[in-house]
Order: sequence, then structure tokens, then C-alpha cells
Amino acid sequence: MTKFRYSVATAALVLSTTGALAQTEIQWWHAMTGANNDVIVRLSEEFNASQKDYKVVPAYKGSYADTLNAGIAAFRANQAPHIMQVFEVGTATMMGAKGAVKPVQDLMREAGENFDPKSYLPAITGYYSTVKGEMLSFPFNSSSAVMWYNKDAFRKAGLNADVPPKTWPEVFDAARKLKAAGWDKCGFSTAWVTWLNIEQLGAWHNVPVGTKSNGFDGFDSVFQVNSPLFVKHLTNLVDLQKEGVFSYSGRTNTGEGRFTSGECPIFLTSSAFFGNVRANAKFDWANTVMPYYPDQPGAPQNSIIGGASLWVMGGKSAAEYKGVARFFTFLSDVDRQVKLHTESGYLPITKAAYAKVKDSGFYKERPFLETPLLQLNNKEPTENSRGVRFGNLVQIRDIWSEEIEAALNGQKTPKAALDAAAERGNAVLRQFERTVTR
Amino acid sequence: MNKTATFKGYLIPALLLAPQLAITLVFFYWPASQAVWQSFLVQDAFGTSTEFVWFENYKELFSKPDYYKALWNTLVFSTLVTSFSLSIALLLAVMADRQIRGYQVYTTLLIWPYAVAPAIAGVLWMFMFNPSLGIMAKGLRSVGYDWNPLLNGNQAMALVVMAAVWKQISYNFLFFLAGLQAIPKSVIEAATIDGARPMRRFWTIIFPLLSPTTFFLLVVNVVYVFFDTFGIIDTITGGGPSKATETLVYKVYSDGKGGADLGGSAAQSVILLFIVICLTAIQFRYIERKVTY
Amino acid sequence: MVENRTFGDRLAYLILTIGVLILAFPVYLTFVASTWDAATIINGQMPLYPGPFFAENYYRTLFIGTAGTTREPVINMMINSFVMAMAIALGKIFISVLSAYAVVYYRFPFRMAAFWLIFLTLMLPVEVRIFPTFKVVADIGFLDTYQGLAVPLIASATGTLLFRQFFMTIPDELLEASKIDGAGPFRFFKDTVLPLSMTTVAALFVIQFIYGWNQYLWPLLITTKDSMQTIVIGIKKMIVTADALTEWQLAMTTAVLAMLPPVAVVILMQRLFVKGLVDQEK
Repeated sequence: MTKFRYSVATAALVLSTTGALAQTEIQWWHAMTGANNDVIVRLSEEFNASQKDYKVVPAYKGSYADTLNAGIAAFRANQAPHIMQVFEVGTATMMGAKGAVKPVQDLMREAGENFDPKSYLPAITGYYSTVKGEMLSFPFNSSSAVMWYNKDAFRKAGLNADVPPKTWPEVFDAARKLKAAGWDKCGFSTAWVTWLNIEQLGAWHNVPVGTKSNGFDGFDSVFQVNSPLFVKHLTNLVDLQKEGVFSYSGRTNTGEGRFTSGECPIFLTSSAFFGNVRANAKFDWANTVMPYYPDQPGAPQNSIIGGASLWVMGGKSAAEYKGVARFFTFLSDVDRQVKLHTESGYLPITKAAYAKVKDSGFYKERPFLETPLLQLNNKEPTENSRGVRFGNLVQIRDIWSEEIEAALNGQKTPKAALDAAAERGNAVLRQFERTVTR
Repeated sequence: MNKTATFKGYLIPALLLAPQLAITLVFFYWPASQAVWQSFLVQDAFGTSTEFVWFENYKELFSKPDYYKALWNTLVFSTLVTSFSLSIALLLAVMADRQIRGYQVYTTLLIWPYAVAPAIAGVLWMFMFNPSLGIMAKGLRSVGYDWNPLLNGNQAMALVVMAAVWKQISYNFLFFLAGLQAIPKSVIEAATIDGARPMRRFWTIIFPLLSPTTFFLLVVNVVYVFFDTFGIIDTITGGGPSKATETLVYKVYSDGKGGADLGGSAAQSVILLFIVICLTAIQFRYIERKVTY
Repeated sequence: MVENRTFGDRLAYLILTIGVLILAFPVYLTFVASTWDAATIINGQMPLYPGPFFAENYYRTLFIGTAGTTREPVINMMINSFVMAMAIALGKIFISVLSAYAVVYYRFPFRMAAFWLIFLTLMLPVEVRIFPTFKVVADIGFLDTYQGLAVPLIASATGTLLFRQFFMTIPDELLEASKIDGAGPFRFFKDTVLPLSMTTVAALFVIQFIYGWNQYLWPLLITTKDSMQTIVIGIKKMIVTADALTEWQLAMTTAVLAMLPPVAVVILMQRLFVKGLVDQEK
């Protein structure tokens, strides 16, 4: 009885508040933590203060995978948020469901916002656009993979701290020297094992991860992760793990503390790691572009982005879409992008913002913030380096991680592991293809 | 199981049962029937396209090694957790049953982990054994042991087992202690007078008398490992590495996560439903037997 | 003989002490972690004794929240957990007392069918039917409400079974006597059954409170607003971070705070707790 009365009371309360304010609420689900969460809250507050019609309400939903999961469950129950932050690997999953999402290009056009797709950095928006160049989602926090290194450790090991290794063989040598100099548990390591050692590796060497331009040209793509480059690289990692030079740090970024604690002096991970390095590393550090294999023709090509973009969910009212569009215009503002980039370490998404930061001389003092941009723009992207677009990539990454782990702990040879990675990945792709084509 | 004296009428019992039946139907049977329906479908993540495929999801499930691996993991996990938590708890209970001074304080200090949430138990153990910041991990490596549960499936399993055992000891301890205290002192005294040594006395007299408790705990522990360890696995390993710690229940969740394979996940739910119904029936028989005598 | 006895007692003390220490060690470490700063923990240099940040960490956790992840003061999460746990415990007691009374004291068609309908839900955890249940709750509009957190978890058979067992032990003579006094089903329930059941009610309450407080996957899925988070979920969200390192000191402080209420309940109401557990499984 009391419970019933209580819910009636709540219902009445909800009705009265929405009636009184007549403000359109825009739900924004995200996965940002730490300083980046502050950024989201501040952006929402600034936007809410800048106008009266719309109110952006951010909600932290856990990890990227948790957020996507929650969004899907909510959509199926007709409770989807307006804006959902989805990591780059969820792109194909989002695209595959017609009607579930509202393409950003359509949203902006219908809302009558001033929107020029050409003002955005193509290396970033390309990942989230159709082959024809239509922008599907709005890039929010973008990063790329770079190599972080501990300069103090380099000096102790007799390495030149100002000229970091450029190629993989040089990295292996440096790591061996570091091992000899006392870093005997971990000479080098990587976070995000598949992003670094499959997706980025392929793009950086202009080698396809899958057919059909890494899935951009169609969902019927087939994986080629067992091609020679990937096998060679994994074989190296396995051998070096046995030698005690390489040390595996898990599938996500949970091992990143091994760099800031000084345990691993060379660490490949996201450029967005910057905030934590600055806060927690008690030694002299720097970052540089990812290493490459010099015998691979055309390497280095260009790296691809990581991070996440904002997807607009389908089935909302025109008024709500207008608010979302207004918010995106607000986010694209040059000065706002400059501030976001210089404070959070995520990449600027418009050409104007990048130019402004460059002209200000900011990168002279903080070259580590430009490393990912130089890498992304290293060469004109090819069909192998625009990005990857595979359905259910979240699950595929898990499968790949499992196979890489199986190779690293000696259960399988690298070749056998990658063959299985391709085969099992293809099975997931076929299942995905089946659900989107009808 | 029936009372001889009862009230008459239909309306009152119907009203009394209504809240529970309504909640059960809405939040249990309706979702369960949805799971059955879903298990015959292939859908995209957002449910915008649907295809009815009869038993294909089931066929798929049984044709892949993953499912058998999860089944195997569940068996290994159950066996390890049950045997460790039962034997440690039994040892502690026998010691506490000696009625030494302050044994009640010890009892209190031994039963509180029951109140810790599985997910939090997972966090505690993960924190101790995390390769990059855990104290125990550092200790293990400093004595030359290559501790890396991120890569080594057996170590990951060991870690999950430890956390699960840690949480379950309290429960088993309580029941063993209650069982021991229910044994008439005269039986033990008689054996002591006969000159039986403590160890012999335990194995020949006390342990057999405890067997109903042990059997009951066996069932409860298996159920615990099947279902209640979800939070532990999710916080410590997330099922990895290489699915080495993925149990049947965890697989239901991880396959359905992100809408990747809702049909397959639902098919697994249905199989688990079936298993649960069987387990419930076994437990029910057990309960009825205990009640009637 | 006397010698032997002393040796045995010493052995018992030794083993029990070791057992207590092993059980307490993880919690002790958690407490230690809650008294250090982030860098010390992340860099793996945490000592085995408490540090100087106790007051700061607890104050920040309780009243300010983490800088990054959940951002909610943990005290709010504790309130949410408390409301959810209370609602589950009381709700379960309420519906199961009624249904058990109906099943035990009435003869009506489909009585056994109703009983089995309830009984089959005994062991099926919410994890197994999580996705469809979510949809049902969303359709009803219960997302982000206390009702949504609690009501689906009330749907379980444990309470009904427990009360059914207990009612079976109430002597039939009591019913006969009160029938002679002219008491109807309501008076019999109010004057006889309920007073007799009070210990059982209290015991069930203790167990269900702990069960409710410790819920994990369900609140993880159905709360979308930060302000509706429970403390167990708060910890999970503090630990899983993207592009940011975990604020371990605050996560560990939260872990300590999350353990306190249920552990306190077990210790302070040990007798009821033991009764609740043992009865539930009889």
C-alpha cells in the first residue's frame, strides 16, 4: 500500500517537474573516467548555461563495453539515450542496425545547423564515415597509439634518450639492453593487445586486416590476420616473452600502471594515456611514433585512430534532434576544441583547431601531444589504413586476444593461433553479415 | 506435508497468493518465456531484423568447443571450490567445537566473510594478486614464481577459486559447527572411554554422523559455484584468459553482451533453466525427506 | 590425558587463529589501501601498514566522490543500497508470509500448481534471465527507480519455502483452538501465526538484507542515472576505467564502506543470522 502510494507520488512529481520547466532533456551516456569525466560534465554545464531550451544530462555507464551493452539493452526496451558514446570498434555494430541510429550528417541537415563535413580532420572523421564520405557519428575523444618510453631508464641502460628506437628490431634491442640494465621483468609491453598488434600494426604497414578495405566496402569481408606480417610480429612477441624482454599486460589498459610505476620502460598504448603519465610517472618520459618493420615496403604508412564517437540514437522527436544538433555545433567550436585538446590530450577534430594549436607554438613545449597527429597524417590513407569496420568487433577482439594469449603462453604456435583467430573471427563476421543484410 | 486443519474458501487464498504470483509471473515466467522464444531467433544487436531459425542456435552451441570448455571449467571450478571450502571449514569447525575459551569470538571472526558481496570479494583478491600492483603478486614474483594470471589460465583459475573459497568457508563452517554440536556428547564420550585416539574417533564416529550435513553442503556449494560466483569472475578475470575461467553462467552473460549473439545466449539460458529445474527437484526431495521425519 | 587435552587445545587455538588471520588478510589489505594515496598504490609500492591518508580518503569518498568515474558521493550510493536492501528484505517477507499462509492453511484447486510455480524460481538467479527481465522492467517504466531495483529480486521462492516450513511446525491444535474461539483466518494469522513467526521473520530479514545489499549485475544494468547507483556497482565503475588510471585508494575506501553494513549486521545479529541461514536450508 505504502509502496503504491509512493510510486504515485513519484509519478506526480515527475509530471509536475517536466511540466514546469518545459526544457527538452538530452540524455548522454558515456564511458569517460578521471579527468575526462570532468571534461564531459563541464561541457554539459557550459552548454546548459549557454541556452535555455535544452538540457544535456550526462551519465557514466561504466566501461565502453558496458556502455554499449546498456545502450543496446535500452534501445530494445525503447529507453535509449539520445547520445551514446561508442568506442571505435563498435562502429560497424552501430551502422548495421538501420533505424537504430540517426546518421550525424542527416541530423545536422534536418536540424538546419551550419555543418561542413570538410572542416573536420579526415584522418579522424574517415573512421566514422561511409565510403562516400557521409559522417555517421560525431568524433568525440580520439587518440592514436604511440610508444611511451622512460628516458631515465634509457640513460641508465646506456641508450640515447633523445633518439628513441624507430623500428621494431631497434625496439627489441633497446628492450634487451634495458633488461640487462635491471628491467628484467619487462623490457617493453603493450596495452590493448589487439588494437596495437593487429589493427594499428596493419595500418602502419599498409597491410590489410581483412578484405574489402578492412570491411569499409562491405560486410562480406574476410580476415587476413594470419598473413606473414602478423605472424612475424606475434612470433617475435612470443620469443621475446620467453626471453623475458616482452611482458604481456592484458587485453585492455589495466596494465598501463606498469609504465608509470617504472616497471616497463617502453610501453605502447593510447596517446590519451598522457594525463596519467603526467600525474603519476616520477621519472623523465616522452613518447614517439610507433615502431615499424623496415623490410615491409611502404612502412610506415599512417596510424588509425582509437577512442570513441558520439552516436545519435534513432526514434527520437524532431525537437530532441534539434537539441542534439545544437550541442554538436557547440562542441565543434574552434576554441572549445583547442581547449579540449590541450587539456585532455585527446585529438582536435577540426582542421581549424589543429592549425590554431600548431600556430600557437604549443607543440614545441609539448611535442608528445602532436605525436599522434603526425602519425595519423603521415601519409594519405590507403584502403588498408583508413580504419577497420568489422561487425561485432568487440567479440572478435576477444577472440583475437584469446588466440594471442594462447600463443604467448605456449599452447599454440603463432601461426596456428592466428589461423584460428582468422577462422573464428570470420565465423563472427558471417553471423553479423546475416543479421544486417535482411 | 499437508495440514489436517485448514480454512475454507477460494477468494482469500487467491488474494494472499496474488502478490507473489504476480511478481513471479511478470519477472520470472514472462522473461523466461521470452528467453525461450529468443533462443529460436537470430537477431542483430538492436533487434531491428529478426529471423526465425528453429534449433539452429542450439546446434551451433553444441557444435563449438567453447560450450564444452565452459562446461569443463564449471566442473573444475565446482570441484576445487567445493573440496577446498568444505575441508577447510570442517577443520575449523572441529577445532571450534572443542569449546575452548573464547570459541564464540572465533566463530564470529570466522563467519563474517559471508556478508561480503561476491563482486567485492573479487575486487579484494584481484587487488592482492594484480600483476602490476598487487602485494601478493609482487611477493610471488620476488621468490621467482612467474605469476601472470592475465596470461596463465591455471593461475587465473586458482585466483578465482581462492576468492570463491574465501567467501564460502564461513557458510560451510557454520553448518559443520551446527552439525557437530548436534552430535550427542555421550556418543563421543563413549568412544573416548573405549580409548579411541582423536583422529580415529573423528573418522570412524564423528564424520559418518556428519554425512547428511556434508551431502547437503555439497549440493549448496555446487549451486553457489554455478550461480553466485558471477560477481567474482566478472571483477577478477572477466572469463579470461582464453576463456579459462568462463563458466556456463558467465558465458550466458558474455555471449549476450553487446547484443552480439542474443539467440545463442538465450539458448544457453534455456539449457541452464533445465539444469536448475533438475537441481531444484533434487533439493526438493531432500527438503521433503528432512521435513517428514 | 590432561597433557593431551592441553596440546589439543593449543592446536585448536593455533589453527583457528591462522584461519581468522587468513580470512581477515584481504580485508586488512583493503583497509591499508584506503589509507594511502593513489600514486603509492598504482606504482605498486604500498606497504603493509596503514598510511596517513585515512581521513582524507574517507572524507572524499563519502562526501565528494571520485574525481572521475561515478562522481557521486558514496554516502548517496550507500543510501541507495540501503533502500534497495530494505525494500528487498521487507518485500520478500511480506509477499512470502502471505503466500506461505495460503499454501499451508487453505485447500483450493491448483494449490500445488501455485506452489510449484513459486518453488521453481528457487534457484534461478537473475543472471540467467537478465536480458529479457531488463526489457520487462523497462516496459513497465521501472528503470532508474527503487521499484525497479527491488521488485524483480523479490520474485524468489526462498522466503515462501522458509515460512511454509515454519508454519508446518505450528501445531494443528492451535488452529483448532482458535477456530473454537470463533477466530477467522485473519485473526488466527494476526494473533497466533504472526507472533510465533517473529524470530523467523527477523532471521529472514537479516539474510535478505545482506542478499539485497550485495546485488551486483541487476543494478549494474538497470540504473542509468548516476544518482541511482548502489555502492557495489560504484566500486565496479571506479575500477574499470578508460584512458585513466583507477583511483585505487578511493575504490578501496568504497570497498571498506560497502562491507561495513552487511558485516556489521552479521556480527551484531549473529544469532538471528545463524538461525536464518540454518532454517532457510532445512
